[in-house]
Amino acid sequence: MAFGPFLLLALMEGLVTAAVLALAASGLSLVFGVMRVVNVAHGEFFMLGAVIAWFVTGMVPGPAWLAFAVAVVVAPLAVAALAALADALVLKRLNYDPEATIVATIGLLYMLQQAALTFYGPDARPVAAPFDLRLQTPWFGYSGYKLFVVLAAGVVLAGIWALMTRTKAGLVMRATQVDRDVARAFGINVDRVYMGTFALGAGLAALAGVLIVPITQAHYLMGGDPLLLSFIVVIIGGLGSLRGTLVAALVIGLSDGVISMFFSPTLAKILATLLVAMVLVFRPQGLFGTRSP
Amino acid sequence: MKVWASHLAVVALLLALGFLLPPYHATNMARIMVLAVFAMGYNLAFGYTGLLSLGHALFFAAGIYAAGLPIWHWGLGAAPALILGLLGGGIVAGVTGLLALRTAGVSFMIVTLMFAQAGYLTLLYFNGVTGGDEGFALPASGRMLFGADLSTDLPRYLTAWALFSATFLATLALVRSRFGRVMVALRENEERARMLGINPFTAKLAVLVLSGAASGLAGAAYGVLFGYAGASFATIQYSILPMLYVLLGGAGTVAGPLLGAVLMFALIEVANDLTSAWLFIVGAVLVIVVLFAPKGILGALRDRFFRGLP
Amino acid sequence: MTNFLMPSRRALLKGAGAGLLALALPAVVGAQAAPIKIGFQLHRTGIGASYGRWYERTATAALKLINDAGGIAGRPVEIVFEDDATDPKRGAEVVDKLTQQAGCDLVMGTLFSHVVMGSAPRAGELKVPYLVCSEGYHVASGALNRWTLQPGITDVRAQISTMAPWVAANLGKKVTMVFPDYAFGHDHRDFFTKAMAEQGGEVIAQIAIPPTETSFTRYFPQIPAETEVLYHVMVGPAVLTFVKELGEFYGTGAKPALFGFVDSLEAVDTATPGLEFLEGSHFWEGHPRVKPADAGEHEAAYRAAVGVDDNGASVSDAKDVSTYAHMFSTWETLYFIKNAMEAAGYTGPADRQKLVEAMEAITDLPYGLEHPQGAKRFNGKTHQVFGSQYISQIQSGKLIKVHATTIDEGLYPDAVDYTAMSF
Repeated sequence: MAFGPFLLLALMEGLVTAAVLALAASGLSLVFGVMRVVNVAHGEFFMLGAVIAWFVTGMVPGPAWLAFAVAVVVAPLAVAALAALADALVLKRLNYDPEATIVATIGLLYMLQQAALTFYGPDARPVAAPFDLRLQTPWFGYSGYKLFVVLAAGVVLAGIWALMTRTKAGLVMRATQVDRDVARAFGINVDRVYMGTFALGAGLAALAGVLIVPITQAHYLMGGDPLLLSFIVVIIGGLGSLRGTLVAALVIGLSDGVISMFFSPTLAKILATLLVAMVLVFRPQGLFGTRSP
Repeated sequence: MKVWASHLAVVALLLALGFLLPPYHATNMARIMVLAVFAMGYNLAFGYTGLLSLGHALFFAAGIYAAGLPIWHWGLGAAPALILGLLGGGIVAGVTGLLALRTAGVSFMIVTLMFAQAGYLTLLYFNGVTGGDEGFALPASGRMLFGADLSTDLPRYLTAWALFSATFLATLALVRSRFGRVMVALRENEERARMLGINPFTAKLAVLVLSGAASGLAGAAYGVLFGYAGASFATIQYSILPMLYVLLGGAGTVAGPLLGAVLMFALIEVANDLTSAWLFIVGAVLVIVVLFAPKGILGALRDRFFRGLP
Repeated sequence: MTNFLMPSRRALLKGAGAGLLALALPAVVGAQAAPIKIGFQLHRTGIGASYGRWYERTATAALKLINDAGGIAGRPVEIVFEDDATDPKRGAEVVDKLTQQAGCDLVMGTLFSHVVMGSAPRAGELKVPYLVCSEGYHVASGALNRWTLQPGITDVRAQISTMAPWVAANLGKKVTMVFPDYAFGHDHRDFFTKAMAEQGGEVIAQIAIPPTETSFTRYFPQIPAETEVLYHVMVGPAVLTFVKELGEFYGTGAKPALFGFVDSLEAVDTATPGLEFLEGSHFWEGHPRVKPADAGEHEAAYRAAVGVDDNGASVSDAKDVSTYAHMFSTWETLYFIKNAMEAAGYTGPADRQKLVEAMEAITDLPYGLEHPQGAKRFNGKTHQVFGSQYISQIQSGKLIKVHATTIDEGLYPDAVDYTAMSF
């Protein structure tokens, strides 16, 4: 393929990767930013979203877009409820101790994976995209739905941004993020904020799962990659910075795409990984983070 | 004195177990002791010094390959291979630390994670040399240590025990030394440590090298004792495992990593016997244990009964 | 919370009681036909779980047939399944557990080659026969030991070598290969490239994809334009993505002929939306998933026993597609064990060495209900079995068998003589 179209494809793929990263990371960005706990089960919430989407789209009759729309609503709500339960039963009792939370969420990860394996099964199963559109350029074809994911990522991020900056809930969350003791002193129910944040973060992960599943497949082990990549994106972007998360997703996605043009796939992956790690080595607080632990 | 006596008792008990346990359990205990060496290495960095790493699989793998590749390609013996594993883990940790220790906290976690991921992919990329994901079985010649065949039960157990005991007692001595107090000071309050005239970067680098060396030794020991090396040991699971052992047993306690490794191993065995959905049981037990002992088993015991436990 | 703990503690006690009982039992029952215990290292969790489930079903079906027909040498047979989590370290522990704890006579059933590689050393130490169902080239290459055999499925080197002549003659001579960057893929890379050169063809590009990858489109431009045949083989949960993205990439434009290994589509319905572009393309199959019109006389009985319909899906759920091209290996391995145990006059673990020697002496395995995939030839020196391979074409969304190879086409010079090694 000539260099021009090759570059075009690499950029498009990079953009889609960036969108996928941003979607998967947006929930973690909130949870990690506000609560400062490492939620190892974040990827499993993503997986649950995709798996629930498979169940829902199989049950809802009618056109594909309708079934998909139902999944977009149902999956995040169900997963958010589950996360709220986990928060009330476990995380709150641990007082969000960072180390105990790691163990508890590893436990949660095992339980959710086993539940998915038992009730959903070990196979990778496809979920139909809400619409079937294939773009054909003179050099290659491209999935229209992938471009829709880019759009959806933009909408979701804009929604979170509006929530955080334009609503009272967002104000309360930001206040808790800055200092939870001071927030408590000002009469904010920190426990409720944490439960809400954890549920919202899980719901966003599930939403990402639903939106992304048509371009991958639902599989009970699919949560691993989004977990690692989300952490990377959130930290590179700078803890608690939504703008940072977006920029980091773009940097990682596009560099991944462009580097893959010049090297064999595995080597490209090694180089892209090291490159991104170097960003953090030379800018430890992340791209948009402030210097603090 | 009491502290040394209790830890020496653990060492003696493990030695006795090698002669008392039936072969199946003895072999598993040998596995557990090797994994405990890995977890003790991890504990130095994480438990005592507060360096939350998600990249220790890289150091374990550095050990297993530094030992395994010369055995496989050039017929090296087990003794030099174990030393190479120790050095390999330490050197890779040192290089990683030079870069990663510019960061702290969660950034350190992510940088180590990414280095380890790059390391795993590198093992795959050079599959002609490393055997890739499939890995390789170590030839019998590389599993002889001072005339003892490490593929047989007792020599294997005793070697695992010796390596474990050395690491265990060295850890105890280290954390009770002046440098041990420096490590804890770095964990608790880096600024104050700096004011006391400690160079945090150098001290942390030293800890990471020691931690990596122990991890590398564990990797090399796993290779020569159990006869297999493969890239799966460089995956993220093997970074999470020592962290889980340490947190379960009690971060910042000398015996915690052993306890955590024993518990996790036993838990997986028992859960597998109970149900095919064993992963659920393992997860549920982890959640329950952490609810009762958020600082790990030994952490909880220390808070309630044994204040001075190192 | 206590509810969680209580049943498990009770079950634990029960388990301990049963353990004591099991210890006492052989002494009491003694010579009375004690069951032969076969340990099965199962990919129940982890990346191999799709395969594991069908391996378990197929082995259980064969076990029932064997027991209904009087067991092995008059003794009933039991299978002890133990999950290895598709992990080499756990694999070795499972070999240990099955042999030393469960008291199994031998261990079988592993598919993923890194688990085989991680477990075989332990089997060798324990001196327990270890019969893998993996199709890897690890056994025949000589990398393993006297105790490890692969009697149920042809290895990937032989599979690939038989594909090259057909590909060169029917699809084209300029081939680009896309494969996962791990052992399974490397075997394809090495042996297909060599076999293609022998046919006067040429592999013009090799694209190895890292197993951590979940999206593939960005690598497709590396496929040279002059490619006549695109040879693809992927494994793991992302395979469907790979095939779908390939379809999107070529879209309605010109595309090379496609030849793939069905590993990419095991447990996947070929009529899945998004796979339309595979129409007309060809696949290697170890055992044709869709029952061919000229299938052998035992095919129907085999499918009925395992619970698989004529399309290769579960009879109880048409969406539950089997791993048909591989799972026959567990069935055939069980019959191979029966064959060898009866030939060796096997009575218990003390006869394990005799058992391996009896296995090494086996050569011809004729077609029949014992070997429903087809007749096979076992090479006692390399511990590897060789059988026919199949090529199928996707027609109207179904895999239709179009070609079968002979056993001889897959043979290659021995790389090892395990019989010369000590036990």
